Amino acid sequence: MVHWLWLVPAFPFAGFLILALAGRRLSNKAVAYTGTLATGLSALLALLIAFGFFAAPPNDHTFQQALWGWLETGGFSPDISLYLDSLALIFVLVVTVVGFLIHLYSASFMKDEEGYARFFAYMNLFVGSMLLLVLSGNLLFLYLGWEAVGLCSYLLIGFWYRDKANGQAAQKAFIVTRVGDTMMAIGLFLLFHSLGTLNIQEVLARLPVEYASGSALPVAASIMLLGGAVGKSAQLPLQIWLPDAMAGPSPVSALIHAATMVTAGVYLVARTYAVFEMAPLVQALTAIIGASTLLLAGFSALTQRDIKKVLAYSTISQIGYMFLALGIGAWSGAVFHFMTHAFFKALLFLGAGVVIIQMHHEHDMLKMGGLRKSMPFTFYTFLAGAASLAALPLVTAGFYSKDIILWYAWSGTQSSPWLWTAGIAGSFLTALYTFRMVFLTFYGEGENQPGDRKEYSIQIPLAALAVLSIIAGVANLPENFGHKQWLSDFLHHNLPRIQATHTTSETLMQVISGTIVLAGILAAYRLYLKPSGWPDNFRQTKIYAFWSSGWAFDQVYHTLLVRPVIWLARINQRDVLDLINGMIARFHIRWHGMFIRTQTGKMRWYAMGIATGTILALAVLIFLT
Amino acid sequence: MIHIPLHEGLILSGILFFMGFLGVIVRRNIIFMLMSVEIMLNAAGLAFVLAGAHWGEPDGQVMFTFILTMAAAEVSVGLALILQLYKHFRSLDSDSYNQMKG
Repeated sequence: MVHWLWLVPAFPFAGFLILALAGRRLSNKAVAYTGTLATGLSALLALLIAFGFFAAPPNDHTFQQALWGWLETGGFSPDISLYLDSLALIFVLVVTVVGFLIHLYSASFMKDEEGYARFFAYMNLFVGSMLLLVLSGNLLFLYLGWEAVGLCSYLLIGFWYRDKANGQAAQKAFIVTRVGDTMMAIGLFLLFHSLGTLNIQEVLARLPVEYASGSALPVAASIMLLGGAVGKSAQLPLQIWLPDAMAGPSPVSALIHAATMVTAGVYLVARTYAVFEMAPLVQALTAIIGASTLLLAGFSALTQRDIKKVLAYSTISQIGYMFLALGIGAWSGAVFHFMTHAFFKALLFLGAGVVIIQMHHEHDMLKMGGLRKSMPFTFYTFLAGAASLAALPLVTAGFYSKDIILWYAWSGTQSSPWLWTAGIAGSFLTALYTFRMVFLTFYGEGENQPGDRKEYSIQIPLAALAVLSIIAGVANLPENFGHKQWLSDFLHHNLPRIQATHTTSETLMQVISGTIVLAGILAAYRLYLKPSGWPDNFRQTKIYAFWSSGWAFDQVYHTLLVRPVIWLARINQRDVLDLINGMIARFHIRWHGMFIRTQTGKMRWYAMGIATGTILALAVLIFLT
Repeated sequence: MIHIPLHEGLILSGILFFMGFLGVIVRRNIIFMLMSVEIMLNAAGLAFVLAGAHWGEPDGQVMFTFILTMAAAEVSVGLALILQLYKHFRSLDSDSYNQMKG
């Protein structure tokens, strides 16, 4: 079964080709079937491969499939090959299954939109590129997938291109991630320059042998790779693009800007873990970036009125947890949180999409309210996702995945009380802003009370993701629940294991984090559901405006970077370099004008010219030889 | 048979060639220009025959036969063209032909 691996990315790419070439001529129904079937088949095949993988794991839990050689030049011969191990398998499963559910949802959700075929073409291209990214055995093709998902992100953020703001949001996302991508490219150059290969396994195997831990190359390379990851995963200081990326349709936000693409950074760091282990300082930096991002984004999420922006900041914050986990060496914890986050955040975006479209494109939560009665199905599924996001103790998947990160932030070999404190504070914030969103949207009073969307293709993905958001936790229960860490054990075939060094009882820490979460929910209940003057007063404060603007990062970048560039462009309007090019052109025009005069149309002049030329040529021949 | 030194014959050929060229340059009547070209061709032919005789090779005369054939063809095409030109411009002055457009 595993030999059919190449078909997993091939299906979405084929779907893209069909839709891109013939999409205009197909009916909407055919478009929806093509797009959904392409990802559906891919998901089915991925599941079959996964079952085969679990039942009879290949040697070392890795499977390689060389498709073809791309080029061979001077000892550089990158193969287009697929590399499947436990880490890649988890990502493939999440990408294809969540991708399929979101395609199914989009089939109904987008049905009244212009550019239906274009939408599915981009979405299929995205899924294919994302699979290329996670399945590539070579950093070069990982980078290809990396750029391709960036392109799809750009195309889909600007899907409603008639509105100028959407186009600008798309450009912002593209340009900001480009900063990270450039760093990543430099990182790849560094690795290739010093090791002569970009094959991931070779790099990971040879780096620790050929370089000392903490020496210049691993540090430089890991910083550059981290830069790429930070850009793609919207972490400090490149997080500014993600809230604007919400200009795209909701399924896009769910698939690209919550579940899969933005976690590519997490995948990159986990994939190249050995490079980071060689640079302890950079790994610590990863943890610090994660911890500060999760706090900053948490505060910002608390002050948003747009339901999708709450979710956007929440995504930044949750990916912060994953970076924290990567930074402390809890590799499997990061992947576990990625998985549960993909389920519940995709669910929340899809639910928010239903709410927004039923409210006639109203994003403002303050104008919503009481929707739990009029749209109960959306409410219950949304609640399941929200509970999982807030990490409601014991009953949700989010609790288990976050618990692992917090536990190792406290007890792991690279842990620090500060990181743990940030994580705990973050989980209070998460519970607070999540239930603020739930209470504002679904409780209280609201004028507009639209009904549920009844289509199966919308309800099935919501229900499936709700179930996954609740039960996915059983994949990896905490150590003190008995050893039932199926996911971690599976991942540890290919990723290093983390040891707990602390003697504190794990149960105690769980009680603390659980209590914090419940306190957060209670606080949300007291502040936003019970009648209180707090929300209005809070909204008047300066700190609210500051948090709401995303800690004024946009303004700072605007002053420090955008305005100097615009100023420079303005004074260089006539383009100094262009003058040089222009001179070459003018010189030739002058000469050309002189030659035109020799074309008189008088035959005798031509004869004279031929004779003179011949004589000159003969003279040269005779006198020079 | 009188033996003519090669260089004297070549000088004659050169003079003929130059006269022909001068004719092409200075005459404005297109028929005279064509005749001058004929003189130039024959000057070249003479040089070939001389060289052939000098080295006792038949190639010079073979080349002259070629030149004669080519000259005949050239004259027929040239005269046809001149006829057309005269029909069009009502003139044999080659300088008046600089109005041809397209």
